[in-house]
Amino acid sequence: MLKKISKIPFKGTAEQEQKLKAVIAECADDKSLLMHVMQEAQEIYGYLPYEVQVMIAEGMNVPLEKVYGVSTFYAQFALSPKGEYNISVCLGTACYVKGSQEVLNKLTETLGIGEGECTADGKFSLEACRCIGACGLAPVMTVNDEVYGKLNAKDVPDILKKYGI
Amino acid sequence: MYRSHVLVCGGTGCTSSNSAAIIEAMESELKKQGLENEVKVIRTGCFGLCALGPIMVVYPEGAFYSQVKVEDVPEIVEEHLLKGRMVKRLLYDETVKQDEVKSLKETEFYKKQHRVALRNCGVIDPENIDEYIAYDGYQALAKCLTELKPEEVIEIVKASGLRGRGGGGFPTGVKWSFTAANQADQKYVVCNADEGDPGAFMDRSVLEGDPHCIIEAMAICGYATGATEGYIYVRAEYPIAVKRLNIAIKQAREYGLLGKNIFDSGFDFDLHVRLGAGAFVCGEETALMTSIEGNRGEPRPRPPYPAVKGLFQKPTTENNVETFANIPQIILKGADWFASMGTEKSKGTKVFALGGKIKNTGLVEIPMGTTLREIIEEIGGGIPNGKKFKAAQTGGPSGGCIPASLMDTPIDYDNLTAIGCMMGSGGLIVMDEDNCMVDIAKFFLNFTVDESCGKCTPCRVGTKRLLEMLDKITSGKGTLEDLDKLEELCYYIKQNSLCGLGQTAPNPVLATLKFFREEYVAHVVDKKCAAGVCKDLLTFTIDKDKCIGCGMCARNCPADTIIKTDYIAEGHKLPSYEIIPDKCVKCGACMANCKVHAISKQ
Repeated sequence: MLKKISKIPFKGTAEQEQKLKAVIAECADDKSLLMHVMQEAQEIYGYLPYEVQVMIAEGMNVPLEKVYGVSTFYAQFALSPKGEYNISVCLGTACYVKGSQEVLNKLTETLGIGEGECTADGKFSLEACRCIGACGLAPVMTVNDEVYGKLNAKDVPDILKKYGI
Repeated sequence: MYRSHVLVCGGTGCTSSNSAAIIEAMESELKKQGLENEVKVIRTGCFGLCALGPIMVVYPEGAFYSQVKVEDVPEIVEEHLLKGRMVKRLLYDETVKQDEVKSLKETEFYKKQHRVALRNCGVIDPENIDEYIAYDGYQALAKCLTELKPEEVIEIVKASGLRGRGGGGFPTGVKWSFTAANQADQKYVVCNADEGDPGAFMDRSVLEGDPHCIIEAMAICGYATGATEGYIYVRAEYPIAVKRLNIAIKQAREYGLLGKNIFDSGFDFDLHVRLGAGAFVCGEETALMTSIEGNRGEPRPRPPYPAVKGLFQKPTTENNVETFANIPQIILKGADWFASMGTEKSKGTKVFALGGKIKNTGLVEIPMGTTLREIIEEIGGGIPNGKKFKAAQTGGPSGGCIPASLMDTPIDYDNLTAIGCMMGSGGLIVMDEDNCMVDIAKFFLNFTVDESCGKCTPCRVGTKRLLEMLDKITSGKGTLEDLDKLEELCYYIKQNSLCGLGQTAPNPVLATLKFFREEYVAHVVDKKCAAGVCKDLLTFTIDKDKCIGCGMCARNCPADTIIKTDYIAEGHKLPSYEIIPDKCVKCGACMANCKVHAISKQ
């Protein structure tokens, strides 16, 4: 999977680093927990910048190449930060046959960004996901944790208005 | 004792439509009316009828309220729970007949269903182990540990005829016996809950609605095969399932149902939960084990099979969630009971996630051998908006489709394989005349190209080439020769890929070619997409006699391709508009904005 790697400078805080170190200390004995540590790290930082990958590699005593390999293999690991509002459109089969592609197209058109991208002001990021399992509400999109179901491309402007666009 | 129980669905579908807020409102409203000690609110797992969520059922009456809103809660409390009068306008209309309220079991949706794997979903509180135990929970484990030898457990599972519900359909008891036959210092049980088929959500519903039955079944499998540790690998996209599973494991440990010396039998068993991170290939059993070990989830060549060298190179039994969900019932009620359901070679029931163009979206569990027609027309309530059924897609990106002509095929493993389809994990997506089958094949190929792990060339390069050919066809540049090449490449990929993902990736193309070849031909010869989906093949036209000349289309056209003509239709005051075909970008904005439906696409 091709991933966009962020060029934004790393802005981690000491507090974040402390949290990550605590997670690593708990898991360092069991190398099979690498993915778990990376998931926790992403929870702390929002994404996995190079600097964080180095900390994980050193802490878990595995080659950096392996951390990078795992982070690029799995769709959930992000190498770029997400926007303040992360919009995710479900392109699972049930949503797709009910027109979720049109919803995604409308978002791309309105926000001026493509899949996996973030607006210049850092406010919105857009992604497509595979089935969140709310097929009864198809087509579905989420903005952070808020779920919007039974959508139509026409609903997009009104939803974005709630987030100040 | 409570006089009434209010069950609110807390599955992902209903949670997405705000059932958590309804539970909160219910609790505070009950307090306000002083009923908190008389009425108990319980958050359950999925009821199955997701299209009508959020769902609330009030017992003892069994009143089934659908699409409940927070604003409706005070009325339900005041009218139903305080005064004893059901709020008819909110009841599921299938349960109301004249003045009588029917039970849920009598409705079309539930009547033909037979719930084995889902028996506790929507019935018990999944976060309370006592409720599971009250429904015979952990009795099967107790029976195995105190009355049966491991070989006897395997014999019962073999005799039941249970086959793997994850898609392959391998006999479960035989799989267990392979692991049991291998000697090792450590063996593992793995539960595959990496439900990656888009549109399939039955495993999630079991984990959310009845997590303890998976724990119990895994312990039984551990006892039968000689394993003392188990891993459950769950998709990270299922936060509610993960949370309930963790609660359930903690409770089971507290009750001594996991850990050392369970039921004083000397048998030790414990479980770990591992989260996936969004890779479809991890649903393949060897890739899943590689992922649990903390690596890129690439599949491993077989042999050695997992029963010999699986997780951490130790003998491992891997089953899917729904397979495990059947185990406790088989042990308690016996192999004969289970084998009495289903067809000759496919025993028991199967859960399907009904989705797409169907009225009752949701989860259904039916005996094997039920026909597609019964599922779609009776249980599913048919196709909405009076549209015509075109095909049902099963097995997700690895599966095929069933056309209308084969709707009366009894569904079981062998029948589906015979028609070039597969059972798959149980996603069943219904498509109507507005869906283009070539576009659907392209959709699935897009998915596999994205999810191919890249380890072997036939899958990595082959699927990409397939997608390019489909792109060519849907953009109107294909030839008849391309169809033959497409088919040839499909067989090549099937024969040469390393794992199940690649071996099955061409299935959506092959199945649509087999049943809907005329649609492919229409795309390459006539350059037409009858369903109106493939944009490059569409032309938008304005019916000049219907056009009232309001100009909404021209104002909304992003490419300025709509111009005013000098033709004024009879009875109209303004001249009509027309589209310049070669400048049109086919966005459909004109059609969406035309109030008199004068614009059509072909």
